[in-house]
Amino acid sequence: MAGTSIMETLFQRDLDDLIKGIRQQQIKESLFISKAIEEIRREIKSTDLPTKSAALRKLSYLSSLHGADMSFAAFHAVEVMSSPQFFYKKIGYHAVTQSFNDDTPVILLITNQLRKDLNSSNQFEVSLALECLSRIGNVDLARDLTPEVFTLLSSNAVRVCFKRLVENLESSEPVILSAVVGVFCELCLKDPRSYLPLAPEFYKILVDSKNNWLLIKVLKIFAKLATLEPRLAKRVVEPICEFMRRTEAKSLLFECIRTVLSSLSEYESAVKLAVVKVREFLVDDDPNLKYLGLQALSIIAPKHLWAVLENKDFVIKSLSDGDYNIKLESLRLLMSMVSESNVAEISRVLINYALKSDPEFCNQILGSILSTCCRNLYEVIVDFDWYASLLGEMVRIPHCQKGEEIEHQIIDIAMRVKDVRPALVHVCRNLLIDPALLGNPFLHRILSAAAWVSGEYVEFSRNPFELMEALLQPRTNLLLPSIRAVYVQSVFKVLIFCAHSYLLHKENISSVNTDNLASEVPESVFARMSCENSDLATSEAPASSEQHDSFNPRNINQSFGDLSIENGGDATVSNSQASTSASLGRNSFTHESIVNLFNIVELALGPLSRSHDVEIQERARNVLGFTDLIEQEILNPVVQGEENLARAETEASRVVKLMCDAFSEELGPVSTSAQDRVPVPDGLLLKENLADLETICGDIQLPLSSSFSLSSTPLGEAVDISRTNLQSKDETEPSHESTSLLAEHRKRHGLYYLASEKSEGASNDYPPANDPMSQDKLNDDAEDLLKLTEQSLAPKKKPNQAKPRPVVLKLDGDEISVAAKKPELKDDLLSGVVQDVLLGNDGVPSSSRSNRSENLSGKSKGKEKLSTDLSLETKENVPGEKMPDHVNTSSRRSKHRSHGKERRQKGQGKDGEEKEDNGQKEKRKSNHHRGKHKAHQRADEPLNVVAQTPVIPDFLL
Amino acid sequence: MIKSVMVMNTQGKPRLAKFYDFQPVEKQQELIRSVFGVLCGRADNVSNFVEADSIFGPGTRLVYKHFATLYFVFIFDSSENELAMLDLIQVFVETLDKCFKNVCELDIVYNYSKLHTILDEIIFGGQVLETSSIEVIKAVEEISKCSPSLSPSTCLSFFGPSTRPLLLCYN
Repeated sequence: MAGTSIMETLFQRDLDDLIKGIRQQQIKESLFISKAIEEIRREIKSTDLPTKSAALRKLSYLSSLHGADMSFAAFHAVEVMSSPQFFYKKIGYHAVTQSFNDDTPVILLITNQLRKDLNSSNQFEVSLALECLSRIGNVDLARDLTPEVFTLLSSNAVRVCFKRLVENLESSEPVILSAVVGVFCELCLKDPRSYLPLAPEFYKILVDSKNNWLLIKVLKIFAKLATLEPRLAKRVVEPICEFMRRTEAKSLLFECIRTVLSSLSEYESAVKLAVVKVREFLVDDDPNLKYLGLQALSIIAPKHLWAVLENKDFVIKSLSDGDYNIKLESLRLLMSMVSESNVAEISRVLINYALKSDPEFCNQILGSILSTCCRNLYEVIVDFDWYASLLGEMVRIPHCQKGEEIEHQIIDIAMRVKDVRPALVHVCRNLLIDPALLGNPFLHRILSAAAWVSGEYVEFSRNPFELMEALLQPRTNLLLPSIRAVYVQSVFKVLIFCAHSYLLHKENISSVNTDNLASEVPESVFARMSCENSDLATSEAPASSEQHDSFNPRNINQSFGDLSIENGGDATVSNSQASTSASLGRNSFTHESIVNLFNIVELALGPLSRSHDVEIQERARNVLGFTDLIEQEILNPVVQGEENLARAETEASRVVKLMCDAFSEELGPVSTSAQDRVPVPDGLLLKENLADLETICGDIQLPLSSSFSLSSTPLGEAVDISRTNLQSKDETEPSHESTSLLAEHRKRHGLYYLASEKSEGASNDYPPANDPMSQDKLNDDAEDLLKLTEQSLAPKKKPNQAKPRPVVLKLDGDEISVAAKKPELKDDLLSGVVQDVLLGNDGVPSSSRSNRSENLSGKSKGKEKLSTDLSLETKENVPGEKMPDHVNTSSRRSKHRSHGKERRQKGQGKDGEEKEDNGQKEKRKSNHHRGKHKAHQRADEPLNVVAQTPVIPDFLL
Repeated sequence: MIKSVMVMNTQGKPRLAKFYDFQPVEKQQELIRSVFGVLCGRADNVSNFVEADSIFGPGTRLVYKHFATLYFVFIFDSSENELAMLDLIQVFVETLDKCFKNVCELDIVYNYSKLHTILDEIIFGGQVLETSSIEVIKAVEEISKCSPSLSPSTCLSFFGPSTRPLLLCYN
């Protein structure tokens, strides 16, 4: 036994040999290491301590630098650690410190050893044990070993650790002082309020100490405390300014600057001094100081924008710095300077800059432009046409990867800002028509938005035929199925628009030919239409078509071609006074072009009707079903007699008109609280399985109904409407039982599927399928809401008619991206209240507002102190003055909650099975929100608490 | 507090890795790799600060210094001052230089344990304990008296860049 031990010791490779071996790399490194570990596994079992410890040492090395697993050696580490010789003990401690955690089974075995070493007379052993405890300490170890640590803190053991620490604050030994301040700095970071009573001690250190390390830590503590106690801030501001003027150490100077800018920003003179010092940092050659200077500016930007504006030149110059960090920081600052007047200019500069920069920074730039511009509901944007073209431009930047954000914003502004739609449709057309863009997967989502906008607002399109070709181009097969489905849906919309325009055309001709009936379209009917497109003014014509179609002489087959040319000519005349955007397109609504259009659609969508993706398949079949229906009756009237034809055409044009009406209804955002105002009908069990409905609905005849969609996208809804329409209008259309059941279900419980307010309003034009009472109620409420929100924002943004959204929402980035899928009016009555509160000040976010009130209270408190010598009155005033702040936070809080609700609604809109899941998720989310608010609340509270703490005034004031 | 101290060479080979919060070994290796991924892309004349939020979580900052063939990296949270950390790196390297007489990468490779001893004297459980290199050296010498001196740190005259003295290159 002894022999082998000697052999092992003699021939064992120590750490140096191991390192040499790795470095020589005669064999592959990983192979060498695994061999070495095998060797270690053998050696570590040795009874010989030197051999064992050498093996452990090697293992620690391999674990730390080469990622080797050393959990198998846990017990051996404990053994080595308990060696009486310091050298081995150290190796053992090193291994334990490095590898142990709460999950290590043998961790409790070391308690006694730690206790022994903590009581050791050798200071280095004590230090080893302490270091080990600080790194791996868990509850058990802490409980068992606290007495030993306390013994170390003082010769006579004190049970209360805190008190012991505090006593050490007055230590004259600089090392102890710096250690104890370090501890308090850590503690303050977690819960600053508890340490307010220690302010006098910290203040003493701040004034007396000459040690920069110590001062930095104390400043960090005061940065936390000063925000809680304004009187403390007043007290420390002067010494800090003194440091700023005197100190040579940049680190201390920067810490002073940061403290002033983040926590003492209400002291004008201090801030000014700090900004001067920041300026010195900015012009310094050292990139570190430059970077920190920019960072300091971004701390102060929300409160004192002038500081940034003063250094504007420098910030812009830094944008082309070689250092990525500096570039990023200056970009952030630049965005903080954006306002209504300069947004176009800054964006122009940045876009040009993005074109030249590397992909990463390019996307940083695009991302910050996008997020800045959409802040507070496009607060800074005045000219939305410009913004639409800017979005289009961004897409064309080669490195652009901001698909999701741009997609969201395109849809968002299309929904919210009516005036931008013509320009936006034009931008989208340019995007769709470019086959090159289809090759870039990052842009597919933008194309999806573009396709949706083009379909939804096709009436603004200058040339729908061209649009159709773009939507059906072969390269669309590069798109994801979900996006392709959007394309198909847009094709549907464009097709219906074209067919409708074509029919109108014929009406116009015929009415001109006969008795000008079309011109006498009742205005009241038109007024009902919420859509604002001008060419719908004549869309009522088909209603009267039945009369004059019968004596319309144009339906002779051979003259058709000639006639259509004639029609074209007439159209030009009749449209000369119509809106310019539509006239171009309408020129070409000839018979041939329509036939051609139908052919293209059938050709392109034919294969898609057998697509594996259900969305595409369903939508393609919808379109094809529609073309089948219309085409035979309108476009191929050859085989039919005159009478038949007239009737058929009437039928067709009625279908087309209905479809067109369905699509022309504007899809509006939905109020977040709309769902709550719908009374729940008796006996409705939302959690019940949908399968049970079969028995309920089985015997009910399927009536005409407008239905509400399960799908979360507005597009899906349109599909459903069209589908049921088709079913009801045309009996030959196959009607699947399951579909009808579903439709019936939706009809009955339609209110629980989120639909846009406007289309609900529209559904009243159809045979009333829904409970009229609740429907009306909902509508009224929604309209009230709309009025209210419009009013509240009217003075701010007259020309744009943008609808407001709560300020809060901009804080949670992910939430905004959710909104992209189902654009909603993120507003409720509460935001109106907040707007009212903020009335007269142009859109200052509530957070900065509350800051202002805080400042105010701080200042007035200061004044009071002067006059009343810290009487009780001051303390009593504190909570009163805090009131506005609390109001603000509470309203912010409830807005968050209502947002959560809105999301929960969406959850209900999904399939039954998903419902529960979603609900839970939402719950968790909202809990999360509430948690945040709690934290917020806590941060707000301290002032009151402080007012009750008499400790500070005694010492400090 | 200081979250981690790393020393790695310009090829990304770690020479020292100390984490003051427990991290599983795999995670340690991953962190070292991602830090190197950030550092190797940076030019010499740029700032010494890197936004490390994506690697170490929000609020953490990274300061590094490049000496000859080595990167010295400190990762810390908001309770430390960036410039002070930069100074601390300097203190650490100066201490190494005094201990090893013109320290080079090879010294650091072969004196793994001593490196840890020195670092432990400066940083204790993530807190800065001692910033005077003289005090540190004194303590380190005391400690090595307690140990049987196995191999005196002979700077093996290897070829290659790793024998370049760190501090001479910097100054």
